Amino acid sequence: MSDESKDPKHLESGEGAPVPDKETDTAATRTDDDPQSSDTAQHTGGGRVVELAGADSEPVQIGERRGMFGATRGQDTTGYGGLVTPTLLPGASPRPYGGYYDEVADLLATALEEGPGLGGAVEKVVVDRGEMTLFVRREHLLEVARTLRDHPALRFEMCMGVSGVHYPGEAGRELHAVYPLLSITHGSRRIRLEVTCPDTDPHIPSVVEVWPGNDWHERETWDMFGIQFDGHPALTRILMPDDWPGHPQRKDYPLGGIPVEYKGGTVPPPDERRAYS
Amino acid sequence: MTTHDQDTIYDDSAPSPGLDPSLPGNDPYGASVDDDTEGARVFTVSGGDWNDLVDEATALHEERIVVNMGPQHPSTHGVLRLILELDGETVTEARAGIGYLHTGIEKNMEFRTWTQGVTFCTRMDYLTPMFQEAAYCLSVEKLLGVTDRIPERASIIRVMMMELTRVNSHLVALGTGGMEMGATTVMTVGFRERERILRVFEAITGLRMNNAYIRPGGVAQDVPHGAVDMVRGVVGEIRRGLGELEMLLNENPLLKGRTVGVGYLDLTGCVALGVTGPVLRSTGLPHDLRKSAPYCGYETYDFDVITRTGCDAYDRLRIRIDEMYESLKIVEQCLDRLQRTEGQPVMVEDKKIAWPAQLAIGGDGQGNSLDHIREIMGTSMEALIHHFKLVTEGFRVPPGQAYVAVESAKGELGCHTVSDGGTRPYRAHFRDPSFNNLQAVAAMCEGSQVADVIVAVASIDPVMGGVDR
Repeated sequence: MSDESKDPKHLESGEGAPVPDKETDTAATRTDDDPQSSDTAQHTGGGRVVELAGADSEPVQIGERRGMFGATRGQDTTGYGGLVTPTLLPGASPRPYGGYYDEVADLLATALEEGPGLGGAVEKVVVDRGEMTLFVRREHLLEVARTLRDHPALRFEMCMGVSGVHYPGEAGRELHAVYPLLSITHGSRRIRLEVTCPDTDPHIPSVVEVWPGNDWHERETWDMFGIQFDGHPALTRILMPDDWPGHPQRKDYPLGGIPVEYKGGTVPPPDERRAYS
Repeated sequence: MTTHDQDTIYDDSAPSPGLDPSLPGNDPYGASVDDDTEGARVFTVSGGDWNDLVDEATALHEERIVVNMGPQHPSTHGVLRLILELDGETVTEARAGIGYLHTGIEKNMEFRTWTQGVTFCTRMDYLTPMFQEAAYCLSVEKLLGVTDRIPERASIIRVMMMELTRVNSHLVALGTGGMEMGATTVMTVGFRERERILRVFEAITGLRMNNAYIRPGGVAQDVPHGAVDMVRGVVGEIRRGLGELEMLLNENPLLKGRTVGVGYLDLTGCVALGVTGPVLRSTGLPHDLRKSAPYCGYETYDFDVITRTGCDAYDRLRIRIDEMYESLKIVEQCLDRLQRTEGQPVMVEDKKIAWPAQLAIGGDGQGNSLDHIREIMGTSMEALIHHFKLVTEGFRVPPGQAYVAVESAKGELGCHTVSDGGTRPYRAHFRDPSFNNLQAVAAMCEGSQVADVIVAVASIDPVMGGVDR
């Protein structure tokens, strides 16, 4: 988006820096009992900045990488085999978020004051690469969704589907549902909602009653990831056959495939080939 | 990271109806056994026996008939299955069944490098390959943080290819739509004009479809010598062909009789169902991402967003025709800019992302440029290592996620990519406009005639390759 160039946290290099480009000093200086961050969630007026109480600005570890060169099969003979690098996704961002994101957060905080409040409904706000992600607690998803759609100054009238992501390494929050929102009224503003649920209790409320166009998208995410969208009018498989076992896009589901023979040589199926991820 | 271990592989040897001979319905390709058709007669129609069938059906004195149209049916735009509940000629309920062309592209992309991902996503909606490539590459570039460093010439080529793709897709939409209504001349004209664009694609990318031309960081190679003149000629030819199409369609009383007021979906319905593209613009809302959230430098081009207010199939058809003229306008501006930027790079400067070799036609058809091979094989061991590592291993993308949307010929095409810092996409999801827009079939068709269903579906212009992915 257009904010990208202005975003100070915007990544400068194409190189695979293992740690996201975050201002790590804020994480170090901000503590949980910091009064600035703990009790301002209730106050919204007078241009005061709403910080989320206890939002964890530490990066989220979703796995780790061993060795130097990403080789995953066979013996690591490089001598770097003992190297362990955590895979970190960006944590909560401090204010200001930049662009219209501050305005959206303030408006949402004001609108949710009667109910759970911004701190109650949203666990953290991540602004990364010029895009804003609101991590919404699943029990408050419908309330947040309805507010975002109906509030005249927010008016995210379009939800561009839901995309599932499976992080087997993030204990208790393995399944993520990502909702990109679009506000045509306010000049193609975009934000993103992200809702997590554990593998053991894969339930997320359905937003079909707020955005009816999400019907098929939620069916697809159920089909591919096994996230059950409670309240969906007819949550059935959509791409796979009705009697298909398992949910193919999960990371523990194999790709499958057969070896390919060509001129006497044999190439193993893609997920069994040598890889450097 | 290994993605699965032996314990978690799903057991698919469990008996399932149809494959296990001990269970009822031992014909795996036969009618399914679990459908709720108790007490109802089932007719299988395969052509030729219509009179018998009609006699039999009328003898039942049954008012409510459920017709299963597709997934193999010449007028449903590919393997789309429509389940229509009829009362006489009136459709009382319409449902779309999809998934017959699901090929697991998104899952497959997780097992290839970021660059190879282009080869997969280009095959989703096979009429708009450049849009998938562009959306995917823009999101990868956003993850890499190189969006601002894409060379100008690469963006110009991308815009030109995308706009030619839009014309290509709209021509097929009109052509097949016309054919489904019985107007084969519209089809032949549409496909004849499309052929010109495919020839341009072949000249520039080497392939007519599934081009894999736009790559993370730029485009695979510069346009060849003489391409600018070729495209300029083709633009003129297509303009003439479009004029022919307009004469056939615009004021054709038969066409208007079939399309005006058919497939009605107003602004409220469109926004509620998340419908975008020509269908949304036929309600009068000038929503076009090229204007409202420009990418690839669209803000610097001069073009109009076409809207009409009829909310019906006829207006969508007229919008597509007018959009093609606008696209040709953009293509001509691209050509001027291509002439101005002759010789400038088409790939990002960063040698850790850009593939080292430009392609060149060798004795065996295609291959790497001989200069490059001479350099890596003869003079520079480091260049050889770099080439080998980048091509086999790929580049690493910092962890995070990005969502980028482009205005495809059919609406908002969004690409959500997640990286875990590896050389492969951790997740790549495409929000295909046809997938979303097909949900509107029920709203457009219920209460209308069976024949109008075909027109309504054609006006959405779904491509099942994109819907099922």
